[in-house]
Amino acid sequence: MSPRFEPAIGRYLHLDLLGRPHRLYVEEAGQGVPLLCLHTAGSDGRQYRGLLNDERITRNYRVIVFDMPWHGKSSPPVGWENEDYRLTSRDYVRMILEVSAALGLDKPVVMGCSIGGRIVLHLAHEHPETFRAIIGLESSPKVDPYYDVSWLHRPDVHGGEVSAGIVSGLVAPTAPDDGRWETLWHYMQSGPGVFKGDLYFYMIDGDISDRLDHIDARRCPLYLLTGEYDYSCTTEGTLEVARRTGAQAVIMKDLGHFPMSENPEKFIAYLLPVLEEIRLGKKASAA
Amino acid sequence: MLERLAGRVNADANLLRRGKHVTTTFLIAVDNADHIVRIEHGRIVSITPGPFITPNYSFALRAARDSWEKLWSPVPIPGYTDIFALVKKKLLRIEGDLHPFMSNLLYFKGVLAAAGHTQEAA
Repeated sequence: MSPRFEPAIGRYLHLDLLGRPHRLYVEEAGQGVPLLCLHTAGSDGRQYRGLLNDERITRNYRVIVFDMPWHGKSSPPVGWENEDYRLTSRDYVRMILEVSAALGLDKPVVMGCSIGGRIVLHLAHEHPETFRAIIGLESSPKVDPYYDVSWLHRPDVHGGEVSAGIVSGLVAPTAPDDGRWETLWHYMQSGPGVFKGDLYFYMIDGDISDRLDHIDARRCPLYLLTGEYDYSCTTEGTLEVARRTGAQAVIMKDLGHFPMSENPEKFIAYLLPVLEEIRLGKKASAA
Repeated sequence: MLERLAGRVNADANLLRRGKHVTTTFLIAVDNADHIVRIEHGRIVSITPGPFITPNYSFALRAARDSWEKLWSPVPIPGYTDIFALVKKKLLRIEGDLHPFMSNLLYFKGVLAAAGHTQEAA
């Protein structure tokens, strides 16, 4: 194989985030409409490398992926050793808005998966005017706890291996082995307690059931894409969001909870028509 | 349902490698039929069918036959492809000392998946 570089560029962004100095790792590729991508709980932006490398996307979209604080190559804030990480709805919304502002993005499209698919519903509710369109992957209004999350962070269990073990069944059984195991590798590399801290948002604080009826997809186009094998964010949950908000929902065959990393090729086939519709909509309104 | 489990696990070099630190005894219940599975260094050394008077095991996985059959279906059924999917639906109960199970979760998921490989002749 000839050596080659991928087109994505990775840089470290210094900014004040949630009132504290932060150093975040940001990758991007492409040009055009900004597409800000949000990774899942306990993982990082590498999940989106299929998109960053797909010329069909990057010729019209500037794909931007950041690792949340504590995740991937982003640092936890100074003093992290004296606190427990715990993600809240309020902080998550602020984080996305502040990162978007720091990058100078003008009405980006925001796309998130799992916890990202939940927080984009909060964005649709609280900040629809900020975004050109919103895409939720594996979006559901809430997920009740179905296992004891304390197993994810204790000294006598390997946090990375148990986290990967927990999520392994969320990958579609039809996923290719390389996509499946790369997805799990990201979980194995998560910092101690980070997945658990994200799940506080996912299973407790981020429940948006009582506000779904106040989301109006006419104020900001809302698209929902969910894999048929996702038993955590269920297809039923996604369809409920669509019914109550006016969002367009597509149930994706042969995909699970991590569509962009478990099977990028299959996922991108579902994503391209959505991105095209958003882009043409923008053209139509600008004409 | 578990007749060929030991043979399949013990023939899977990757599974044995993943479970090399696992030595424990656990229980699988299919409906009310208990089976005690003894594992030493990742290898299944015995599967003993009940009934038992004083079963001694670390953890138990209990589900109805219908739920196990869905989990082990050769054609995957959305919503039934993982033990935690069944737990979420309250169709499978994991009880006892979960430490051996949770600290070797990928291994035990591999063991349980081995019970469902029914298309090997295909």
